[in-house]
Amino acid sequence: MDFASNLFSTGTLSQILVGLSRTTILFIVSSGMSLILGVLRIPNVAHGSLYMIGAFAAWSVIQFLGGGLFAFLAAMIVAPLIVAAVGFVLERGFFSYLYEREHLMLLLLTFSFALILGDLVKIVWGPEYRSITVPAFFQGSAEIFGLPLPWYNLFLLLIGPCIAVFLWLVINKTKLGKIARAAAVDGEMVGAVGINVGWIFAFTFVLGSFLAGLGGALIAPMVNISLGMDHSLIIESFLIVIIGGLGNMWGTLLGSLIFGLTQSLGILVWPQFGIAFPYLAVVAVLVVRPRGLLSSTW
Amino acid sequence: MRRSAAPLLLFLLLATLLALPHVLPRFHTYVAAIVLLTALLATSLNLAIGYTGLYQFGHAVFYGVGAYGTALVLTRSGMPAPVAFLVGPLAAAVLSLLMGLICIRLSKLYFGMLQISLGSLVWAVVYRWYSFTGGDDGIHGIPIPDAIASPKGSYYFTLTVTALCVFAMYRIVRSPFGKVIQGIRDNPVRAAAIGVDVKLHQLAALVIAGFFGGVAGSLFVVVENSVFPDMMFWTFSLEVLIMCLLGGMYTFFGPFVGASVIVLLRVFASVHTQYWGLILGTILTLVIIFLPDGVLGVFVRRSPAKEDPGA
Repeated sequence: MDFASNLFSTGTLSQILVGLSRTTILFIVSSGMSLILGVLRIPNVAHGSLYMIGAFAAWSVIQFLGGGLFAFLAAMIVAPLIVAAVGFVLERGFFSYLYEREHLMLLLLTFSFALILGDLVKIVWGPEYRSITVPAFFQGSAEIFGLPLPWYNLFLLLIGPCIAVFLWLVINKTKLGKIARAAAVDGEMVGAVGINVGWIFAFTFVLGSFLAGLGGALIAPMVNISLGMDHSLIIESFLIVIIGGLGNMWGTLLGSLIFGLTQSLGILVWPQFGIAFPYLAVVAVLVVRPRGLLSSTW
Repeated sequence: MRRSAAPLLLFLLLATLLALPHVLPRFHTYVAAIVLLTALLATSLNLAIGYTGLYQFGHAVFYGVGAYGTALVLTRSGMPAPVAFLVGPLAAAVLSLLMGLICIRLSKLYFGMLQISLGSLVWAVVYRWYSFTGGDDGIHGIPIPDAIASPKGSYYFTLTVTALCVFAMYRIVRSPFGKVIQGIRDNPVRAAAIGVDVKLHQLAALVIAGFFGGVAGSLFVVVENSVFPDMMFWTFSLEVLIMCLLGGMYTFFGPFVGASVIVLLRVFASVHTQYWGLILGTILTLVIIFLPDGVLGVFVRRSPAKEDPGA
């Protein structure tokens, strides 16, 4: 296997560009996880299921509206809202009663919801693959440095930074964000000054769920929508959040970039075990900085 | 449970387990063997999580590596079977040490998330390395020594090894070392303050847990004659964790009870429904809400010291 010639071919750049659009999805989903982990201190294993529901719901919305650009854009908004509603039910219905418990219990509770939601998706949508075709508006490619990049990937590349800026504004510049950060550090104190911490947690969980659903809806046209798409994603999200630094939005962005790029380049270098490269990057980062690349903002 | 009743109960349990293959049909004997080795796996995990307080979320990977180690030696090398049964668990122990070294500096939740992630890396490599591990097909038709190849033979082998390992782990948690790791679980700062090398003890506990998890994997090879990558998938790691929780994490025999319940339920459910996740998820939710100390925890109550968030 000639690693060098693989790496420096013309395919590399387009692989990087395509890898970057997947990175966007990883970032959107992981930022939701990071948010929930940062404020509620739950590594939400059900996050992958929410992402999967986002993809399936997007498919259903498009079927319901009969396709076309409008149906597609509507699906990208409605599907995440459906997922956010599921998140609201989970948080208010179950998690809110258990915040006093050991964190292990909360993690296992999220796992039990991952199991339940996984089977509910199977019941509602059946075990078959689904796929969404990109509407005519997004078909075709743009030329970037003489290389073709599909318009849809370009669209994703634009959305990623928008979400990052939006989240940064919400967390750092709004009152709600400031309260959420305070609640993460000392919920009791925030409660004592008369703020309803429960609703802050609910809002955070709903926003995190929305992001998971958005990621699922956005990736739906690029992959087979299938049962089991939640499984690998949850591990990738975990790693991204870990190397970024807990709750740090820019850290999550950086983590997604490292993870996504080592993944797409790894596949070029060594197709069979390219999957190992992001993990090696993660281990390398953690040996140097055990608490993640950027400092935790909380 | 009153202390005086324990030896009698244990004797009755052993007698029942010894008699099982003579009263049960073939398939049920096989299920009983699976129950035993899964119980061993759950008990080994509990050593790390219940007794040491480490969030060992990738435990199934040690089970898998133990199984693959044994299976590969049996199929690929001309070496005698006892070597195979040593190689599997030792490989699991070494992997446990390596993963522990990477994760040990991290706090609880980070530790757990990284364990689960590194475990899934091992899964992915096994899943794709067709030329060595058989990839997603796994390895089938593994040659097992004649003496333990029959259903009864493999059952008694499993029973013997499980009993010995569980006894060994029981002695370990009752030893001074066991008291130290429980002290670390309850308050690492205080343990460090009285001069305990916290990381070293945690690593030792991880290696022991990984080793016995690997033994359970080797037993799986004997009972099943095959290995496949899904036995080390991260969802199974959490399923083993559920067994510990269901039986009672802060009791020694809790995981044994939990593993029995889950394995039997799973066998039963697989006949009647394809929605095992729904069943397991519902049970888990109910246990977390109503029985946080597990089934045995109802009798032997020992809630751990309350943790500080995210520590």
